[in-house]
Amino acid sequence: MIYSEKVMEHFQNPRNVGVIKDADGVGKVGNPVCGDLMSFSIKVKDNRIVDVKFQTFGCGAAIAVSSMVSEMAIGKTIEEAMKITNRSVAEELGGLPKNKLHCSNLGADALHAAIKDYQEKQKAEKKNASEKSAPADKCYCPYCEGPLEGLEDYCSSCQIELEDCPECGKAKKKGAEKCPHCGATKPRV
Amino acid sequence: MKRVYLDHIASTPLHPEVFEAMLPHLKENFGNPQSLHSVGQEALRAVEEAREKVAQLIHAQASEVYFTSSGSESNNFALKGLALAQRSRGTHIVLSAVEHQSVLHSAKSLDKLGFSTSLVPVDEWGMVDPEEVKKAITKETVLVSVMLANSEVGTVQPVQEIAEVCRASDVLFHTDAVAAVGNVPVNVSELGVDALSLAGNQFYGPKGSAALFVKKGIRILPFIDGGIQEGGRRAGTEDVPAIVGLGKAAELAMRDMEKRAEAARPFRDRLIQELPQRVDHVFLTGHTEKRLSHHASFCIEFIEGEAMLLNLDMQGISASSGSACTSKALKASHVLLAMGIDHALAQGSLVFSLIEDTTSEDINYLLEVFPPVIERLRKMSPLYTKYLEEREK
Repeated sequence: MIYSEKVMEHFQNPRNVGVIKDADGVGKVGNPVCGDLMSFSIKVKDNRIVDVKFQTFGCGAAIAVSSMVSEMAIGKTIEEAMKITNRSVAEELGGLPKNKLHCSNLGADALHAAIKDYQEKQKAEKKNASEKSAPADKCYCPYCEGPLEGLEDYCSSCQIELEDCPECGKAKKKGAEKCPHCGATKPRV
Repeated sequence: MKRVYLDHIASTPLHPEVFEAMLPHLKENFGNPQSLHSVGQEALRAVEEAREKVAQLIHAQASEVYFTSSGSESNNFALKGLALAQRSRGTHIVLSAVEHQSVLHSAKSLDKLGFSTSLVPVDEWGMVDPEEVKKAITKETVLVSVMLANSEVGTVQPVQEIAEVCRASDVLFHTDAVAAVGNVPVNVSELGVDALSLAGNQFYGPKGSAALFVKKGIRILPFIDGGIQEGGRRAGTEDVPAIVGLGKAAELAMRDMEKRAEAARPFRDRLIQELPQRVDHVFLTGHTEKRLSHHASFCIEFIEGEAMLLNLDMQGISASSGSACTSKALKASHVLLAMGIDHALAQGSLVFSLIEDTTSEDINYLLEVFPPVIERLRKMSPLYTKYLEEREK
């Protein structure tokens, strides 16, 4: 099996699947072109995350990551939850295959997006909130955060040439030694 | 737990008779076919007997069959060996957009050596139009390669017509027939191909057994330099057990191919008919009629292939998916995208390919287990929730 027992356990029995109807914050990341799409909704009380629900379109790792992130976030304060990183999620899951590490990025990103959405709503910037907070339905250039469709070999925002990382399949700078997503280094010839 | 193996396209099981035929060559008949002593000559005899059988299976001459280690090697050998031998005539290659990676990437390697490649599109059924091949051929074209059958969507290509187009333009034609040989009748002279790849683990032979047919008189450069094995074109001590296994598998295919296809076809048709009835938003991929008799492939909307495979595996069912996440490259299948299927739907690819042991109970079991697996994953899917909300409106 390519996955750890913990990953398989979360995949088989995912926690907190669903949507919170009157959520305080909603975050969506990824798109089907990249392979995964995650949607998190959170409920916040006295600066503490009291409930998290997620929905995920994606592989086994993406589902397990979502489940683990939801479990890690419940009960944490906003500040604590913002400290959940892709690394800590992957660690809690007993590791992920290298080419699946980007799934853990998405999990933490989706949670953080939901928190940011909550914070923006708090600031009563409701008008802009939906546009600003949801980095929805796009892939992003790992160097300038400019939007990518997911297929181009060139980032029009920062004007660098991109290629697909052979390990995780995400965009990295052409010829770059190290992939900014999965950390894979260039295969030695 | 009940185990149902429906992943013919990944590998068929080794047929017990093939196993028996190979055994002596793993034990007492260990000789090197190039040795002059009788132990070596015994091995040589076994290799040449196998070559004869493989040739018979595709209606070729034994001297036109070169043994290799895999379908991928055969494709590499054909593309590189044929193109480089023709280099002085031109440097353009034509492929279909749905070729196997071993064909596409061989062409990529050739591009680095100064060749260029044109990809011929396919229609929504994954079918190549011979007219499109004709249009793609230029004065510079020296080689066309279009597969006989596609393992991801099961579509069988009009290879005979494409071969005619190539012949009329005086261009060599190779077909990757790995998914087809041993499963459908293949006759190289009727097809009119100059080269053809086949692999044993697609018809109950061992892994590591494969061959390339090259028509007599066609120049091909050696793929492995060294000794005189395989006519000096593919050096290295022969893998005698694998070759013997391939020969036996070819012999069994000649005997059983029709019987196997007849047994598989009703099961395939049942899956194609009933899966979309039992679960909504399930679409057949590939051609409805011109497809491999053991092959039923689908796209299941709103969910992703790897998650389906893991869930099916937990129920004892082995299947395949062309989804991004199942391949290490994490890209949606180039085959499905070439057919015009959008990215999200292509992620939900699922392939069931039957083997000769598949029973009616296996199909019943799959049909029973399938709907709850899909329902479970769709409940988790934001795309499905969105669809339901939009439908309500």
